[in-house]
Amino acid sequence: MMRRGANHPVYQLRDEMDRLFNGFFPSAARAANAVSGRSFPAMNVWEHGDQLFVEAEVPGLTGQQIEISVVGNSLTIQGNPPAVEAASAAGAAVETFHRRERAVGGFTRSIALPVEIDAEQVSAKLENGVLLITLPKAEKAKPRKVQVNVT
Amino acid sequence: MRPCRSTPEAAPDATKRSGGQYYRPSVDIVERTDELTLLAEMPGVKPGEIDIDFKDGLLSITGRVEQRQGEDTHYLLQEFGVGDYYRTFQISEHIDTGRITAEFHNGVLMLHLPKVETLKPRKIAVQVG
Repeated sequence: MMRRGANHPVYQLRDEMDRLFNGFFPSAARAANAVSGRSFPAMNVWEHGDQLFVEAEVPGLTGQQIEISVVGNSLTIQGNPPAVEAASAAGAAVETFHRRERAVGGFTRSIALPVEIDAEQVSAKLENGVLLITLPKAEKAKPRKVQVNVT
Repeated sequence: MRPCRSTPEAAPDATKRSGGQYYRPSVDIVERTDELTLLAEMPGVKPGEIDIDFKDGLLSITGRVEQRQGEDTHYLLQEFGVGDYYRTFQISEHIDTGRITAEFHNGVLMLHLPKVETLKPRKIAVQVG
């Protein structure tokens, strides 16, 4: 990395951008964006009939870079992005990052689902950076209609 | 810890648009010798639903997202919301607007903003007399 003086045009550009970013976005909103301690990836979970659905935002990952496993009622999502960031993969030498907000590196997250899952029937699809996992409930977790016999 | 998508916020020119609630995509901006490269995370956007506008040094990116689930969905866990993306940037570099290109893969927009030719650093040979 080359050392540059503060008056180098590159730093002037960055200063200006930072200033303008600060101008565009109120500090409260920026503070809210500096999410810390939250798990990645963010997930939405909902239930419909005999199935649970889990949606996670995993922008930048391909299907091959995502591993999903289910044991009992525990769901684990693992992301294994390539070591080289897309930004620097183009071959040209990276000069300066003016903004670096995107998450870097792999992740593993496990969540406990409210019911047991039929692991064999779990399916997942990835579309435009959104992962949707369909988790059919295990037979014994499905609601059962009980016939009331009138005597 | 990897950061999550930001919470919704009102865009600066929200009054010009309906709704006014937007998600702010996380970005990387990398400067190379010949271009600025911008990567913006916009999961859930379809490739045809992105608008990129560059005028007078102001770059704006808009991504429209359709709700994927009904409003009556009962969430057991809800950690993110779904909605349109919007963000603007002031770019002080001279950009060759005619040569701006964009790609969209796996929910990430990659925008190439080539610098105007004359601003590229030139190597000047020193003649030894």
